[in-house]
Amino acid sequence: MKWFIDISYVAVAVVFVLGLKAMSSPATARKGIVWAGWAMIAATLVTLFWPGMQNFALMIVAMVIGGSVAWWSGKNVAMTDMPQMVAIYNGMGGGAAAAIAAVEFARGEMHGGMVALLAVLGALIGSVAFSGSCVAYAKLQGIMKKAYRFPMQNQLNVGLAAVVGILGLAIVTATDPDGWAIVLFFVLSLALGVIVTSPIGGADMPVVISLLNAFTGLAVGFEGYVLGNPALVVAGIVVGASGTLLTQLMAKAMNRPITNVLFTPMTGEAQGG
Amino acid sequence: MEGIVYLYVFVLAAFTGYEVISRVPVILHTPLMSGSNFIHGVVLIGAMVVMGHADPDSPLQLTLGFFAVLLGAANAAGGYVVTERMLAMFKAGKKKGAE
Repeated sequence: MKWFIDISYVAVAVVFVLGLKAMSSPATARKGIVWAGWAMIAATLVTLFWPGMQNFALMIVAMVIGGSVAWWSGKNVAMTDMPQMVAIYNGMGGGAAAAIAAVEFARGEMHGGMVALLAVLGALIGSVAFSGSCVAYAKLQGIMKKAYRFPMQNQLNVGLAAVVGILGLAIVTATDPDGWAIVLFFVLSLALGVIVTSPIGGADMPVVISLLNAFTGLAVGFEGYVLGNPALVVAGIVVGASGTLLTQLMAKAMNRPITNVLFTPMTGEAQGG
Repeated sequence: MEGIVYLYVFVLAAFTGYEVISRVPVILHTPLMSGSNFIHGVVLIGAMVVMGHADPDSPLQLTLGFFAVLLGAANAAGGYVVTERMLAMFKAGKKKGAE
């Protein structure tokens, strides 16, 4: 059975890339998403036959709830509210990648430097994508109207990122990482996503969402390595790379370098600050 | 040896992603962002595998796994619907000649 799953994953990865290619041209764009949709259904179905799986009841319940709520909200949202829906679904993907890492930590099966390193990186990036996307959603939806700017914003961002990075490294190198260190790592990663996106104004949000989308792709790719699942690696890294390029293209179309979007948010303040 | 093979996969996948969308017109930026958002919804299958191998006696693992599957399914389903709705507008605008 396993070989059939593996072959199916290869086919799914190929269809995803072809679908993405089709989506980058107006004439074939709609076909592209439909192909990719069928590939996703196929991937989900064959995964149910993965050897040694249990907890099916809970798994199906989670899929039905998550899938139907998202399907319903996506169908019924106004066309003008689409960007924030993309943001929130993207955040959920990042959250899923982070949760996968969390389960792996809870199982205590994080052996080997490379696996642990990519698990931690994926968890960090996924958490940032999750909380950052929630902020992006809140801003575009009008829940969070103001751009909150902390004093010494850029230093705060870099400082927090450094703390999270050091904590992550400590978890990677520890033979038996402390549970609370892992919890703190996730909390700080989530906080980092909030702090980085809070000062950014609504007009810049599409570029930020695109960047977070690329982040989620990377996180998915890294967790794919941790799980030894090449389909996740290929799909995740393809999205990570194309998302990065797309972010640059969008920023260029808005005539605003990506570094401006992230580090001098809509204030025209001196960069030295 | 496994590790180095994965490194090849990483690098080649990155080139593929970059190459595949390198000539996208501005009008498709947002739909393509949404479409790639759908594609990383494949995280769902990773979540399913993790959930399937969680210890049934560990509430912590089950809860985390449950959320992973829930969020992954929402990413995939929501990403698809939103992208499909955006791209359906292109079809309506382009008339049937494009088919």
